[in-house]
Amino acid sequence: MSRSAYVNNAIVIGAATGVFGVAFGVLAATNDLTVAKTMAMSLLVFTGASQFAAVGVVGAGGSEATALGSALLLGARNGFYGVALAEHLRGRFFKRMVGSQLVIDESTALSLSQERAEDTEPAFWAGGLSVFFFWNLGTLLGAIGGESIGDPEALGLDAAFPAGFISLAAPAFGHRRGIVAAAAGALIAIAATPITRPGVPIVLAAAGAIVALFVPGGTAPSSTDEAIA
Amino acid sequence: MSWTTILLLAAGAYVFKALGVLIVGPATLRAGAAAPADASGDAPEATAGGSTSTTDNVWLRLGQLLPPALLAALVVSQTIVTGTSLVIDARLAGVAAGAVGVWRGAPFWLVLVIAATTTALLRLVAG
Repeated sequence: MSRSAYVNNAIVIGAATGVFGVAFGVLAATNDLTVAKTMAMSLLVFTGASQFAAVGVVGAGGSEATALGSALLLGARNGFYGVALAEHLRGRFFKRMVGSQLVIDESTALSLSQERAEDTEPAFWAGGLSVFFFWNLGTLLGAIGGESIGDPEALGLDAAFPAGFISLAAPAFGHRRGIVAAAAGALIAIAATPITRPGVPIVLAAAGAIVALFVPGGTAPSSTDEAIA
Repeated sequence: MSWTTILLLAAGAYVFKALGVLIVGPATLRAGAAAPADASGDAPEATAGGSTSTTDNVWLRLGQLLPPALLAALVVSQTIVTGTSLVIDARLAGVAAGAVGVWRGAPFWLVLVIAATTTALLRLVAG
């Protein structure tokens, strides 16, 4: 993927999250959150699924402790993303501290799907900053009354994200071990969904990586250089 | 929702992210650098004659296999899960259509458009 390609993809995925940002802002407003609190969530929490869960639980009459627990479970997967991203995020400790805030589904997928090793870090920043910008802009519009922008589900955008992740991941992880890891991760998630709380299945799916370690032979996933040839 | 809850959530969410990027990730890389080329000697490739990289070892490979495992689980969760139930609905059709686009070499933006349009149209028809 060339430089312009990942920048374009970062803008596309950012704009799509912006529509969900509007939906989050509207949801927060209808649950009597002030604009300041709503913006604090999008700026400081900055992990969409957790934010929706927290506001949703409180809106449905749940306790704040339950909301916090549910939201943190959904944010736990970002820790695993951080582990995978660590080798690509370089520079000073302070810069990596800032970068940590941008570790979410979209920036991780965009970064780790780069074919050229030198593109992984700029793609991470492009994806993270683009989503941060659009997510917060959308939240602000929704919070101050932007319901007219549209319902992301009516637009089908909830299906756009998983399809987009497939688009990013398919070429990057299309080697034998990657496919086994993905299949194992998907099966674990399916099996865990009915018996665990939301957020937990994705964390458990990390074990899919362990399963894939035992696949004999094959393409070392580290060989990002091979993909160029 | 109280400011306390919001700030605790912000702190907790950041701790997860930073733990991976700043602490566990670098520790994993150090473990990888310190134990080059499958020092344990029991890796399946040793017999299958697969991996040859001198820096290839279990820690680095684990880090590289996490993304496909997690992203596949994320795709499953966003496509056929509602709450704690497995649900087949218009999302699956959209994602399947998008996947066909991926297979046929469609660019990223087009995959998003195909998936969103398919799902939106199905919802429109279903009322």
